Parts: sequence; structure tokens; C-alpha cells
Amino acid sequence: MRTTIAATLLAGIATFGTGIAAAETLTIATVNNADMVVMQKLSPKFKEKTGIDLNWVILEENVLRQRVTTDIATKGGQFDVVTIGAYETPIWGKQNWLAALDDLGDSYDYKDVFEPVRNMLTVNGKLYAAPFYAESSFTYYRKDLFDKAGLTMPEQPTYTDIKKFAAALHKPADNQYGICLRGKPGWGENMAYVGTLVNTFGGRWFDMEWKPQLTSPEWKEAVTFYVDMLKNYGPPGATSNGHNENRALFSSGNCAMWVDATAAAGHIYNPAESKVADKTAFAKAPIAKVENGAGWGWAWALGVPNSSKKAAAAKQFIAWATSKDYITLVGETQGWVSAPPGTRKSTYENPEYKKAAPFADTVLKAILAADPTRPTAQPVPYAGIQFVAIPEFQGIGAQVGQSIAAALSGQTTVDQALQTAQSAVERTMKQAGYIK
Amino acid sequence: MRLKLDRHAALSVTGWLAAGLLFFPIAWMLLTSVKTEIEAVATTPSLIFTPTLENYVAVQERADYLKFALNSVVVSFGSTLLALALAVPAAYGMAFFPTKRTRGTLLWMLSTKMMPPVGALVPVTLVFRDLGLIDTLAGLVVVYALINLPIVVWMLYTFFREIPREILEAGRMDGATPLDELRFLLLPLALPGMASTGLLAVILTWNEAFWSLNLTAAHAGPLTAFIASFSAPEGLFWAKLSAASTMAVAPILVFGWLSQRQLVRGLTFGAVK
Amino acid sequence: MNQPIKGGRGVNALPFVAPSVVILFVWMIVPLVMTLWFSFQRYNLLSPELSGFVGLSNYSFLLTDPSLWIAMANTLLLVGGVLAITVVGGTLLAVLFDQDFFGSKVARLLAIAPFFVMPTVSALIWKNLLMHPVNGVSAAIARALGLQPVDWFGQWPLFSVTIIVAWQWLPFALLILLTALQSLDHEQKEAARMDGAGPLAIFWYIVLPHMGRAIKVVVMIETIFFLSIFAEIYTTTGGGPGLASTNLTYLIYLRALLEFDVGTASAGGVIAIVLANIVAAFLVRSIARNLDA
Repeated sequence: MRTTIAATLLAGIATFGTGIAAAETLTIATVNNADMVVMQKLSPKFKEKTGIDLNWVILEENVLRQRVTTDIATKGGQFDVVTIGAYETPIWGKQNWLAALDDLGDSYDYKDVFEPVRNMLTVNGKLYAAPFYAESSFTYYRKDLFDKAGLTMPEQPTYTDIKKFAAALHKPADNQYGICLRGKPGWGENMAYVGTLVNTFGGRWFDMEWKPQLTSPEWKEAVTFYVDMLKNYGPPGATSNGHNENRALFSSGNCAMWVDATAAAGHIYNPAESKVADKTAFAKAPIAKVENGAGWGWAWALGVPNSSKKAAAAKQFIAWATSKDYITLVGETQGWVSAPPGTRKSTYENPEYKKAAPFADTVLKAILAADPTRPTAQPVPYAGIQFVAIPEFQGIGAQVGQSIAAALSGQTTVDQALQTAQSAVERTMKQAGYIK
Repeated sequence: MRLKLDRHAALSVTGWLAAGLLFFPIAWMLLTSVKTEIEAVATTPSLIFTPTLENYVAVQERADYLKFALNSVVVSFGSTLLALALAVPAAYGMAFFPTKRTRGTLLWMLSTKMMPPVGALVPVTLVFRDLGLIDTLAGLVVVYALINLPIVVWMLYTFFREIPREILEAGRMDGATPLDELRFLLLPLALPGMASTGLLAVILTWNEAFWSLNLTAAHAGPLTAFIASFSAPEGLFWAKLSAASTMAVAPILVFGWLSQRQLVRGLTFGAVK
Repeated sequence: MNQPIKGGRGVNALPFVAPSVVILFVWMIVPLVMTLWFSFQRYNLLSPELSGFVGLSNYSFLLTDPSLWIAMANTLLLVGGVLAITVVGGTLLAVLFDQDFFGSKVARLLAIAPFFVMPTVSALIWKNLLMHPVNGVSAAIARALGLQPVDWFGQWPLFSVTIIVAWQWLPFALLILLTALQSLDHEQKEAARMDGAGPLAIFWYIVLPHMGRAIKVVVMIETIFFLSIFAEIYTTTGGGPGLASTNLTYLIYLRALLEFDVGTASAGGVIAIVLANIVAAFLVRSIARNLDA
């Protein structure tokens, strides 16, 4: 009884305060990344403001993707707010599965959101998901180890530099490995990294006729380089290391270098989560032959499925969770180093954020440079730097990822692996009707 | 005497060694769950450290453990009761009034269990959506009752076949109907078998993750969904993962230990004659 | 008035059997018909505008896949490997725990514990805490002995998955075999011993034949579960490196469900059912015959 009264009272206050019908409950599906966990933790503030109740469904990335896609595609209507990435948004937007988010209110300040990030989430001129945090990739390195060995990391390293450094700093007997890179098969794991590597070696996934290019000299060179470097100067068991595993390795002090997502920087710099918080420095993503697509572009974003019956309240939540005010709230309650990165100019102009996050400028440059419309040196029929924004890519990426992991573990040669990958991709593209 | 003692000692050592090896992964999980994240990934694992409960607190802060655990309990026991209710008459009929088709039916039932769920995900999702069963406990109870039904029927069938027919014949002479037989003669005799069948079904349901993840959202998610939100988060997560795992496993482990005598008593599958 | 009970003829069992058979039939047939229907369609959840009848193309896509044979071989290796470990290991453990020793009841409780652990959880524990080549216990032990830590999932992917699954199911085999063992007539063993039979001979000629039927039960139940192993592979190796640990279930997941190609996934499901029934037929011949003997 008492709770009912309290709820009514609260709802009454909320209605009074905002003029919006209360006692609604939103179901929010999100991924279990640290920044989203913070969002869940801070969400009582949203309820205080609006009176809207929130139900959370938090799952690991792949399970979430499968669950949410099935729900939206079959119009199950279980979720009011879904967390999706730069890969799904354009595909789903085209299918008309998402509500356009161009009416989040005047205070939302769309212009404050970085243009390349907005572009990732825009189809036909409409924003279909609001960026929660965005990332590119760059090079993490251990300043202390570099100093001790008398090495200097240039601001823009080349892969030749990187290999030289890796060789010098690889000391497996002390559990110190020259370089950590993603090796776990998956389109969002090893293929995200290998994709950027192929780009900077001048290669591409498909030519303009959608013919797969995996046996091209550029792919061969890039994958040979990758296998060679990681085999010789990487940690053991690289084929089961994805982003998380590598982050654990780097933050427990086992890697001299690590090329991966910029979004991890806040965590590497947080002494509660990392042993190397005061020993890490940053450089741009290494390049080989061309600059295009050397660092990837990714955003985690919040969208409203068209099957949701509570679109108005859902948009209200998204406007809150991706606003300047929310970023400030995180900065003030969790420490500025943990503020969701990569989305807004105002964050990067904030002196407190700049002070807490010495990596801010490098990250900013990387994100602004990651242009999904020009991912490679050669022309391509697709958008996306480290992925190809077509529905078939998840399967293609997984298969090619497996082949490359096989080459990495030494089960096959690079040539064999790429041959297998090429024919697998050809089969899939034929089955899907892109090529005859 | 000396020899006997030695043999006993050797036996004890071997037995404990085997048990220790099998239990080690669980023990290590428990140990890791009370370390800090940094200690948990130390390359030389420390055995001496100050235990902390901070991981358990962190896990509880993120997810309402009791809600998930309660869903697991309702779904496991609910589906098991439903499966037993459907299976007892079927197994009875098959065991005592077999026809030419009995064996075929039984094996057909078992073969339904061999279909990989990944092939049936979309059809089942569509049916469930139309019936309004997605993200409901009732929906999960039905799914798991059906998934376990073949095994349950089969186990009960083997138990029923063990019961000496003379008893039933005596009952029949006294004018008992088949239903009376089932209720007053068979069920009491088959109770141990039913108990262990039920226990097995509870354990299997508790641990199944594919359907429980794909058919739930905010309301009906059991502990497998709870674990899925900790299974690969970013950064250092091993200690928190261990804490969450311990919380997910503990109830069924304790339940299993407490009921292991019943479980064992019935797990004969008619195989001991 | 009363029919003779022998053979049960004359009493109608239908009302008893019907409910579960009908319900199971519906549960089977509705998804099965839908699966069959979808398997002849082009149906991708992500591109619903492209749809229509495509004949056998979903089937030929899977059946001409060179990975299919590897996946089948892996499926058999995985099922066979785990069966071998659990049956042999389970028998030995059952003999061990059949004896009385210091604290044997508690030791037995510890030994059966793995069976209660969720597959996802056990895969996570093994992958991250035990088999991890840098921070895992196995790596620490290897280093302490001056050896190179083993990269389990890179070098021995299928074997590693086999170990994890075997660990979960050893207690199950132990429980059933132990129950069977405990029902063994001890006088028979005594008599054999009196006749001068050694422990090995007793095990071979008395204990093992007695357990034969229980072993067959273990094999049958475990096979049913092992044919569709998924969580352990998904959590640890992702089917790799290459296809080294991809079984049939995982292949269907990779080729179809991952890109939400319902048509091909359905064709995969149908193929798997056909295969399951072939396996079931084998099981019937070799094992199930004993069950209603």
C-alpha cells in the first residue's frame, strides 16, 4: 500500500514537473560494456526527472545482437530502446525498422555531435540512432618500457616501426610480449583489426562488382605481415584473444604495445582497473602504404524500434542518455576519465576532461579521420571501414576470421587460408545474389 | 592388518585426489571470486590474499540476482512438474500395455531431442510471438517441459518396467481399474524413480541457456541470462565473472548435493537387473 | 470381465499415452513444418524484401560446402572423444567410489559437483581461469616446472573442448555407473575371490559385464546431448582456429543464423534431423534393443 502511494506521488510530481504522462515503463536492451553499466547505474536520475520506469536487459554483445535482431525482424516488440552499432544502424534504417531521431529537442544540439560519427548512423539524411560513445583505433604503448630500451614512438608510426619495436621489447620469459593484437575469430574481433590492416596495405573487401578480393596481393601482404608479427612477437594463445582478453593482458602489464579501440583508453588510465595507468602513452594507428582506413570507426548508439509502442518516452530516454548533461553527470559522479568518449565536441573542449584524459587529443584526431565513406584507397561499393555494411557481412566476417585464425595458429599457410576464405565469401555472395 | 591399513590409506589418497581434481575448477572459481580484479589476473596466482566480497556487491549492484534466481526456480520446477504430469500416464501406458508401435514412439520421442536448436530458433520465435508467450515464465515452463519430455518419458518407462507385474495382477483381481492401479500401486513403487527423473529434469532446465536467452527479455530471464550479462564484459572481469558464476551455480549445486541420494537411487534406468 | 494382464492386450492404453504423444507431436510438427517450408524459401530476416521459393538452393548451398565434412568429422570426434573419456573414466571412478575410504561420502559429493555447473559457466572458467596461456592455472604450473605454457585453444582446440565437456559429464557417468555397481551381488564377488580370481579378473569377468547395460544407457543419453554441443564451442574457440572445433550445430550457426539467413538455417536444421535419425537408428540397433528386452 505504501509503495503504491509513493509511486503515485512520484508519478504526480513527475507529471507536474515535465507535463508528460507518467507511469510508463521502458525496456532497454544494452550491451554489457563498462560505459553502459554506468548508464544503468545512473538511470535512477532519469526516473527522478521523468517518472518513467526502466527495465534493463543487459547481455554480452553477440547474444544481444542475436536477441535484438530476431525481435525487431519478427516484430516481437519486446524492446523500446535498443543498443546497436554503426554496422546495424544503416541496414536497419534502410529496412525502416527504426524510428528517425531528428526530433530529440532543441537542447539536444545535434551540431555538437561529431560529423563523422553522425554520418555512421545516418541513412538518407536521417539519423536513426543517437551515438552513446564512439571510437576509432590507435596504438597504446608502454612509455616506461620504451624509455628503458631507448626507443621513441613517433606520432604517426608505420608498421615497419611497429615491428621493429615489437622485436626489441618481446621478452616472453618475463611474460612481456612485444605486441598484442586481436586474434579471436569474429567479424567484430580479429576482422575489425585485420580489416584496417588490409586497408592501409591498399586492399579492399570487394571490387565495384562485389567480387571478393581476398586473394589479391594486398590481402596477402597484409595477412602475412599480421601472422608473422603476432606469431613472433605476440602473446601465446593469440587466437583466443579478442578485445577484452587483450585489454586484460595490456592492463595487467603483459604487452608493450597494443593496437585497438580508443574507447579502452579511459579504462587503461583508470588505476582501479589497470596496473599500467601511469605508464601508458598513445600514438596514431600505424600505417603501411596508404592512410585510408588505417584506424577504424565505430559507435555504440541507442535507437528506437518502430515496433515499440512507447516511442515518445523512448526518445526522451535517448535524448537524456546521449546529452551533454549526461556526459557531465558521468564526469562528476564517476570521474571525468570515465566520461563516454568520442561523441561530442563539448566533451573535448571541457578543460576538466582534457586534464583527466591526456589521450583526448589523439582520440579526437583518430575519430575525425575515420571516414566511413572513403575506407580504402581504391573505390568500393560499400560503406564501413572495418566492416562492410551489408547483412551478409556478419557471416562473411566470421568465416574469414576463422581462416585467418587458422593461419595464425599455424594450421594452414596464409595462402591456403586466403584461398579458403575467398571461396567461402564467393559462395555466400552467390547465395545472396550479389554475384552470379 | 598392516597391509589392510596401507590399502585403505592408498585408497583414501586416490579417492581424494580424484575428487580434488574434479572439484578443482569450482574451487578455483570460488577462490577467484573473493580476490580483487588485479589479483585475479596475476600471472603467478596467489593463494594467500585478503578475501573481499566487493565482487559480489558489484554484481548485485548491476543485476537483481534474486529476481533471476526466482525465475530459475519457477521455470525449473514448473516445467519439471508439467513434464512429469504428461509423462507418467504415457510411460505407464507404454510399459504395461505395449503395442507394436511402442518402441517406435519412444525412439521417435528421443530423436526429437537431437535437432539443433539453432535450426528452429526463428520458427519457434514466430509461434511464441503469436501466442504472446515471449518473455513469460509460462512460455519457458512450456518450452522446457516439452524439451525434457522425451527423456522423462523414457526414464519413467524404464522404471515402470522394473515393477513386478504380479503386483498389478493381484490388484486387477481385486477389481482395480487401470487408473486405480496407477494411483495406488504404481506411483508409490515408482516414486524413487520419479524423484530422480524429476531431479535430473530440474538440473538440465536450470543449466539450459539457448532458449532461455532467446525467448526472454526484461521479465522472465533466469540465471543463464544473468550470467550472459557478465560473460564477456570489457577489461578486467575475471573476479566479477567468478562471483556471478558462483551465484548462478550455488543454488543448484547445493540442491544437487542435498538430493544426490534420491538422484542416485533412481538413476538406474532399469539398467541394474 | 477382467482381461488377463499378460501382454496388456485388451486394455486400451491410448488415453494414457495420447496426451504427451499429441503434445510432443505438435511441438515437433509445427516447427518442423515451418522449418521445412522456410528451407525452400529465400528468407533473410535482414532483407525481407527478397523472398520467394528457391527450390533446393539452400540445401545445395550447405551440402556443397567443403566445411560440411569437416564439421561432421568434428562432431563425431567430439561425441566419440567425450564418450570414451566419460565411460572409461566414469567406470574407474565408480569402482573407486564404490569402496569405503576416509571421508568417501564427502569426496563423492565433490566429485559429482561439475554436473551441476552451467555449460556457459564451465566454459568460461576453463577458458579464463584454467587454460589461459598467460594468466591461467595451467600456464602457472607449466612455468613453475620450467615448461612452455600450452596454448590450449590455439593448438588443441577440439581436444580442449572435449576436456571441458568431459569434465561436465564425467560425474553423470559416475553416478549411473556407481548405482549399477552398488547393486552388484557382493557374494558373487566373494565367491570369485574364494576361487582364486585376482582383482583384475573379477573386474573383467564379473563387474564389467554387470555394468554393460548401464554403460549403454550412459552412451545413449550422452549422445543425445553431445550431438548439439554449442555453448562450450561458442564461449571458447568460436569454432576455430579455422574449422578445427566447428561441429555441425556450430556450422549451421556460422553459415546461417549469424547472418539471419532463416532459409539456410532451416535447411541446416532439416539436414541435422536426418543425420540425428541415422544416429538414432544406429543407437536403436546397438543399444535400445536391450532396453525393452
